[in-house]
Amino acid sequence: MNSIRRALVAVLAFGIVKPLAALAAWNKEAFGAKTAGDALKGLGVGNAAPSKDLTIDAPQIAENGAVVPIEISSAIPGTNALIVVIDKNPFPLIARFDFKEGALPFVKVNVKMGETSDVRVLAEAGGKHYVATKEVKVTIGGCGG
Amino acid sequence: MAAGPMKMRATLGQGFTDVRVLMTHPMETGQRKDSDGKLVPLHFIQNLTVKVNGKPVVEAQISQAVSRNPVFSFRLKGGAKGDKIEVSWLDNHGDSNSTEAAVA
Amino acid sequence: MACAAQAQDASKEIQRYRQMIAEGSPAELFELEGEALWKKPQGPKNASLEKCDLGRGPGVLKGAYARLPRYFKDADRVMDLETRLLYCMTTLQGRSREDATKRVFGTADQPSEMESLSAYIAARSRGTKLDPGISHPKEKESYELGRALYFHRAGAWDFSCASCHGEEGKRIRMQDLPVLYKPEFARPVMASWPAYRLSTSGFITLQWRMNDCYRQMRTPEPTFGSETTVALIHFLTVTARGETYHGPGNKR
Repeated sequence: MNSIRRALVAVLAFGIVKPLAALAAWNKEAFGAKTAGDALKGLGVGNAAPSKDLTIDAPQIAENGAVVPIEISSAIPGTNALIVVIDKNPFPLIARFDFKEGALPFVKVNVKMGETSDVRVLAEAGGKHYVATKEVKVTIGGCGG
Repeated sequence: MAAGPMKMRATLGQGFTDVRVLMTHPMETGQRKDSDGKLVPLHFIQNLTVKVNGKPVVEAQISQAVSRNPVFSFRLKGGAKGDKIEVSWLDNHGDSNSTEAAVA
Repeated sequence: MACAAQAQDASKEIQRYRQMIAEGSPAELFELEGEALWKKPQGPKNASLEKCDLGRGPGVLKGAYARLPRYFKDADRVMDLETRLLYCMTTLQGRSREDATKRVFGTADQPSEMESLSAYIAARSRGTKLDPGISHPKEKESYELGRALYFHRAGAWDFSCASCHGEEGKRIRMQDLPVLYKPEFARPVMASWPAYRLSTSGFITLQWRMNDCYRQMRTPEPTFGSETTVALIHFLTVTARGETYHGPGNKR
């Protein structure tokens, strides 16, 4: 199915007028970066100051690396975006959430972690960036049940 | 291609609306091998949009590292019973799905 | 001792992990699938399962799962959820046993009917206390059989359930092995089946668990819904009797 037919099907099936697939932004360069540094550069993130107002709630040990729950909240005034990076993943950039008027800078998401790693979260507020990190240990489970 | 079930619950909290959405999607990383030993191609949700009464309030770009059958929680400022919340996703194949719920 | 303290902390952190996972589990997606299947007309009789009697009357789902396994007069045997569903598929829908059991254990992409239906039906017992049948003579027989099987050693490795689940403090890698013949350990376990399995993104049921344990014990594969599997499930559920069901659960 080519992309025009897909868009038509989407309109007919869901009754929503959607922009064509190509118009939805997805930062290929940043998501394709193999190091956290390159990923952040791709997002235009320079220096980030550590902040205690940026909280990461994640278990210290994840029983299964396939599903690691991470809850992020920013109390930094004017936070308009949250960025999640997992340093040791093959492609460290995991997500970028942009919050517009009406949404709080908060998100909970389940992520895949290949191995024990720092989870790094950045907040964008007033054109500046802030960072918080937390280590999550990943174990491999046993025989089920 | 028929997208699997998607489920959302939007409930009023203390000064905010809690939105929890579950979606069916394989979120294939392109690195997994199937039972025949062949690599399963990259297939994952790239964009997620949350709208309140038709207005986008959260725009997300996500990678294939988000877990299979993603579950997200968001918080919206204030909110009132009956507000219409819509969550939609778009994946790297151009497929999409969405779900709506009223704030309870 | 440093080792014991570390083990305690690890246990607490894993509890935290499980708690975070439970808040919004993909298990709900299987419940939705199950609801659709419950209502879908199938088989030569082109009938849905909506008149299936799970013990509380035809079509009554609330609290039904928590009261299984129990004796059913129409089938004249003790049945667990999956055996009962199979019975309804063959009698109400007119499907052959072969057709209905062609694919009882599914995959993440394609859960089996049994898995989705189990998720849907089990969720309707959330908050209900586990109350399997114990008074009918066949229920007593089934319980005793289950208990005997739990300790019966067989197969290439001469294993019984108790070989792994017989002593406190044992584990395999990071998974604790609960001593399931003791109520204090059986209760939290039986209150969480069937479950979403994180490592495979699939949904697993008790019939699958029995089958897979026997596989790991290197014994022949039990027949789906056999007297053996139902007796074991019955024994375990009776041992957990009184516990408030909170499933479907989430497992590694």
